[in-house]
Amino acid sequence: MESIKDKVAIVGMGCTKFGERWDAGLDDLAIEAVYEAYEDAGIDPKDIQACWYGSVTQPVVGIGCTHLAGPLKLHGIPMSRVENWCTTGHEALRNACFGVACGMYDLVLALGVEKLKDTGFPGLGAGRGMSTVLEARRTAPGSFGMIATRYFYTYGLSPEEGKRIIGKIAVKNHHNGSLCPKAHFHNRVTLEQVTSAPIIAWPLGLFDCCGNSDGGASALLVPASQAKNYRDDPIYIKGLGAAHSALLPQNRPAFDWLHFEEVINSSRQAYAQAGVKNPREQIDIAEIHDCFTSTELLLYELLGFSPEGKSKEDIDSGFFELGGGLPVNSDGGLKCFGHPVGASGLRMTYEVYKQLQGKAESTERQLKDTKLGISQTFGGPPQVAAVAVLGKEPGYP
Amino acid sequence: MAGIISYGAYIPLWRLSREVIAKAWESASTGGERSVANNDEDAITLASEAAIDCLCGLEREKVSGLYFASTTSPYKEKECSTLVAMAADLPPEIITADFGNSLRAATQAFRAALDAVISGSAGQVLVTASDCRIGYPRSSYEQTFGDAAAALLIGNTARPAVIVEGSYALSNELYDVWRLDKDTYVQSWEDRFIIEHGYTEIMEKVISGLLRKKALAVQDITKAVLYAPTSRAQQGLAHRLGFDVKTQLQDLLINNIGITGCAHALLMLVAALEEANAGDKILVASYGSGCDAFLLRVTKEIEEVRGNRRGVKRHMNSKRPLSSYARYLSYRGLLAPQPGEPFRLFPAATTSWRERNWAIRMHGSKCKNCGTVTFPIERVCYKCRSRDDFEEVRLSDKKARVFTFTLDNLAGRSDDPTIPQIGAEFDYQNTRAYLPMTDCDPGEVKIDMPVEMTFRRLYEGAGMYNYFWKCRPIR
Repeated sequence: MESIKDKVAIVGMGCTKFGERWDAGLDDLAIEAVYEAYEDAGIDPKDIQACWYGSVTQPVVGIGCTHLAGPLKLHGIPMSRVENWCTTGHEALRNACFGVACGMYDLVLALGVEKLKDTGFPGLGAGRGMSTVLEARRTAPGSFGMIATRYFYTYGLSPEEGKRIIGKIAVKNHHNGSLCPKAHFHNRVTLEQVTSAPIIAWPLGLFDCCGNSDGGASALLVPASQAKNYRDDPIYIKGLGAAHSALLPQNRPAFDWLHFEEVINSSRQAYAQAGVKNPREQIDIAEIHDCFTSTELLLYELLGFSPEGKSKEDIDSGFFELGGGLPVNSDGGLKCFGHPVGASGLRMTYEVYKQLQGKAESTERQLKDTKLGISQTFGGPPQVAAVAVLGKEPGYP
Repeated sequence: MAGIISYGAYIPLWRLSREVIAKAWESASTGGERSVANNDEDAITLASEAAIDCLCGLEREKVSGLYFASTTSPYKEKECSTLVAMAADLPPEIITADFGNSLRAATQAFRAALDAVISGSAGQVLVTASDCRIGYPRSSYEQTFGDAAAALLIGNTARPAVIVEGSYALSNELYDVWRLDKDTYVQSWEDRFIIEHGYTEIMEKVISGLLRKKALAVQDITKAVLYAPTSRAQQGLAHRLGFDVKTQLQDLLINNIGITGCAHALLMLVAALEEANAGDKILVASYGSGCDAFLLRVTKEIEEVRGNRRGVKRHMNSKRPLSSYARYLSYRGLLAPQPGEPFRLFPAATTSWRERNWAIRMHGSKCKNCGTVTFPIERVCYKCRSRDDFEEVRLSDKKARVFTFTLDNLAGRSDDPTIPQIGAEFDYQNTRAYLPMTDCDPGEVKIDMPVEMTFRRLYEGAGMYNYFWKCRPIR
């Protein structure tokens, strides 16, 4: 099995303003996301040879790709739709990378867009399962709230202590989001505000939950050998991991509700390809799936940033803050961008791309000495996860 | 000998004080409390609970028939006994029938079951009776009605727990209480006519007719189980027949439960059997467009039945108060909740049929190769990946505990917003299931809390009801 490392490079990316985009349809969001990428890469859209596009909310946008092929005028090239819960944006990126890596195409567009605010309901809705009875009233906050409950119990945290710990993640991400112009939310919050907010799904309160937003992001991918023809600072794909678990977490016999093997396996695949042996030390920026603050807490451990059960110490020491040892969700994460599902994996990748290039919007939020970053998504019941490792130097690490 | 092999009952957890009803209407309370089925319960789910209670400790493979009696069947066209039989995990090779329309439906089913086992067309027949009738707002029925179910297992064996020694019946065409095909509430004629001319006269004729037929005196009866719409009617009848109200009359259960429609005569009988001794003679009479009366003799086998059943007594003592009249209206579907987020997947006849063994029977799969048990049924083993090498195992009768949970405020409906979602672990092979918890105070949910399974209505969609299992704190 060959590694994807340094075979493909990103030469342009785009990201819409995220938010309640009452003014914009899925087509407008897609146009906004791709034309920034075209400009960033300096390409003529006619040169794009294939497109992989991810979106989840089928009842709103319909099936297939035709609804975007038209607005984007992607004449006469293959366009594929991918959907895989919260990893959908990563799936578009992953498949586009493979299209380039195998030598079939020299310029590929990866696009993730989601229009959530046309449903008329806040949140992603209930009954998200595959059965008419099995998960009839399962919601996203409910599913991840069950993980938080078990985490608190396993590590002996009282609900108050547990909520205080995850609350600090909300405070951090809101701070980061306040500095990021494209984020949906720019408000800073206090720990007191977070812990006293109304409960959405115990133990998760309002500020433990990510927003419900519209948005899109895209990437232009080329063979690494051609990357410098487009720009001086391409970003290289170092590793791509993705994994499922074989059963819904709630049905896995004897499952501890903490060691989500899809997260562990997908990250270890990507680390192995990239040559990351010590993620805590080697990764300089991580955009990880903070759909809920408790998810970010657990991911610190499953991704190898913190020892098991010890995230609390790293949170208290500020290790994951902008000036910390490993800044996590430097743009405010899903907490401040919301989670337009199909877009998120590429939106996170956009932040890593810009930070690695040293092109964050302001010096205030530009991270120093970043060579290697990851974007990571985790979703479904949850049952599926994906990771992309990105770096700015060929051959590193 | 034909008779009763086992009994069971189910009374919903929730009780509404009649004071609460009276206060809502600024009227007078008739005292006591009534049972109220939850918003996820109906006559089918109540009957399923009673059936499972009745089958406690028995071999379900031996049951060869199930009858469902109700005047409040959720379906006008579609058999309900088949669904109750499947929730009770009875074998498919059984006779089934629905009995409806009459307040005597349960005793009609009882008689049909006796006839079936005597004729040999069935070995054991499980008779279930269940009702959730609704009285007009502010009417006396609103206070006196209750929701409950009862079940009797009928067989023709050497040693039944109760032997049926005789019966008598009379048919009487009369408008006393009725509902049109589109009515929600029970209509009735003037009390003086329907109690004096209807109830008392007919019951008296049938009961005295049965005693005469069996050459028995009133004093020979240990307990008279007399259905009645009110205590007053029951006591008036007992006096006229010459029963000693204090010693011979079975309690009407009106103070704690209410009058539970066609289930009521059987519910009272179950309560009587819980206290009965070998040799007791019990007279049961139910009323509705006529009267059915049976003479029963209790044998010493009754002791065997009593053991683990919750029956009437334990269910009656396991209760929680409904806080308001509004909640009663919401539970009984008299107020429509604000439509929330629509369900993503409506029930489909095809999927419901394909998934019946795990969705309705609550079967899991046990791998024959490595022993791993999963719910729902997995054709390919989660652990060893053996394909189609499993046996089905029933999980509905297994206890479980809360492994993890959330209290989800987005998942519910406007009048009942918080749903405790439970990651449950059965006390059996670390098998897991994802189940909403019902009949609970969300604030009491804790990790390791013991729970049991309960068959409930999930929601409506595509023009049909959708049933599945939930968990609840052990009653």
